[in-house]
Amino acid sequence: MKRETVLETTKLTIRFGGLTAVDDFSIAIPAGSIVGLIGPNGAGKTTVFNVISGFYAPSEGRVIYNGRDITGMPPHEVCRAGIARTFQNIRLFGNGTVLQNVMVGCHVRQKTGWWQTVLCLPSSLREEKAVAEKSRDLLDVVGLAHLADEQSRSLPYGAQRRLEIARALATEPRFLLLDEPAAGMNPQETNDLMDFIRNIRERFELTILLIEHDMKVVMGVCENMWVLDYGETIAEGSPESIKANPKVIEAYLGEECAADADA
Amino acid sequence: MTENRIKIALNFAATGILALFLWWAQDFLGGYSIQILNLIAVNIILAVSLNLIYGFTGMFSLGHAGFMAIGAYACSILIMTPGQKEMLFILQPAYPWVQNAQAPFLVAVIAGGVLAALVGLLVGAPLLRLGDDYLGIATLGFAEIVRVLANNIPRITNGALGFKGIPDYANIWWNFGWCLFTLYVIYRLINSNFGNTLMAIRDDEPAAKAMGINVFRYKLLSFTIGSFFAGIGGALLASLVSTIDPKMFLFTLTFNVLMIVVTGGLGSITGSVLASIAITILLEWLRFVENPIFLGDYELKGIPGMRMVVFSLALIIIILFRREGLMGMREFGWGRLLGLVHKRGEAK
Repeated sequence: MKRETVLETTKLTIRFGGLTAVDDFSIAIPAGSIVGLIGPNGAGKTTVFNVISGFYAPSEGRVIYNGRDITGMPPHEVCRAGIARTFQNIRLFGNGTVLQNVMVGCHVRQKTGWWQTVLCLPSSLREEKAVAEKSRDLLDVVGLAHLADEQSRSLPYGAQRRLEIARALATEPRFLLLDEPAAGMNPQETNDLMDFIRNIRERFELTILLIEHDMKVVMGVCENMWVLDYGETIAEGSPESIKANPKVIEAYLGEECAADADA
Repeated sequence: MTENRIKIALNFAATGILALFLWWAQDFLGGYSIQILNLIAVNIILAVSLNLIYGFTGMFSLGHAGFMAIGAYACSILIMTPGQKEMLFILQPAYPWVQNAQAPFLVAVIAGGVLAALVGLLVGAPLLRLGDDYLGIATLGFAEIVRVLANNIPRITNGALGFKGIPDYANIWWNFGWCLFTLYVIYRLINSNFGNTLMAIRDDEPAAKAMGINVFRYKLLSFTIGSFFAGIGGALLASLVSTIDPKMFLFTLTFNVLMIVVTGGLGSITGSVLASIAITILLEWLRFVENPIFLGDYELKGIPGMRMVVFSLALIIIILFRREGLMGMREFGWGRLLGLVHKRGEAK
């Protein structure tokens, strides 16, 4: 059965001055799948994320989300459209509590305005309460409920990563971009993370695109993947085919190893 | 739910106690002490509004004196009688609409706030695209422009002469009424999810954008609300001191407010309130360092402006040893107090 495409990029090219960070990048991601974007450092993976989430406008090419052209849309509108992301170097609202961080994520779906809160209108009070409840539920999902009132920057690293995901989920996305979710995690945490990613996909009916260096994670959860090297797409396919692809081995380990693998 | 009820009751009780105190002060305290109480109320309004802009939203703004000037002039023009204005404008006659404009005090104060907010909106739209220090310099420039304009549009502002004999409607009740209103509005804002988004913008702008927050719009909103209350504070101050001229709105005025906010703690309403009280009282009390001091036979000559030196030193010490200010980002809350009482009770 062919699933419909939720996100598509066509011939995406991003140049910074003379440097072409990403060249002619085209992907089509089927709804409900978990796919990966891998490549050596500096290959342009995060740049792709920044273009999809609206932080950069591409030099050429388009980003189509659910049949709608979102190229060059500002980040907050991309988020409103249903795409949420996490950051490679965790970006929490450090002075806020864990709960507040998630509540900020809920804000984009809130209907009442600031002045209604000042006037203490019942509708706005109700909504504020619902937001707090929803946020607590999400913290429950990621297993941080007991830390709700802690300052977010005081959390241990792994918990901060999970909080960032909870915050992204609070925006009620249909499409989730995870930038190196397993970075800095130990093997046990990594295993939990893989289960967690599969779980939230089911639970929130998400499509997930993730950047990851940890091959165990990528091979474990992704159904399909793209490999970038110096901005160019050098391979695409299932984990098995990528593992055997000499070009990929060359990009990661150098030419000699690729020759050894062939032999 | 019952805990919320208790808190609301406590809020009302505290307001009642404040009202009783003011009622008592009105009859039993001298004019000088009452003036200090009035200044405290105005300073709280100014400090909390700057804290909303700088402490909670993270926009380093040095334009407070400009917004205060706008509020002060607008309010003064509206509360002075046409006859008074005719006497005042001796350099050049006022424009007819300035001459004839008149409104009750409440309307005049609100007009001052609204005008300051409008200007805040107009100025903020281009300026808030700037970050950090650049915003500070640009808003400082804005405040200077307001002052220079006040100096050079004599048909509206009476130029360098300013206004004298502004009706002193701003009594203790008006000042504290506005003060409580300001505290209520800003407290509600900060403690709603709207306040969380402001905090998010302050802590990490890109992340806030990725969370679907229209960062520019919210910054502008926060800046405009802050400007509104700065205008209110300026309007009350004009009526309180009954004399205004452009020199009053020099950068030092912004500095005073900034000093209160930093001392109290960026991101703490409680801190701003406490620091307003402490600094207003100290600024008056420290006048003795400007008077001649006799040490036995020897006389130390008083140096005017000495208390500002003392205050600057104090500010340096605070920044060196307690950068987060008196309260940091903490707030006083009935919840904490009740929790304390509970614990005590259980211990017994």
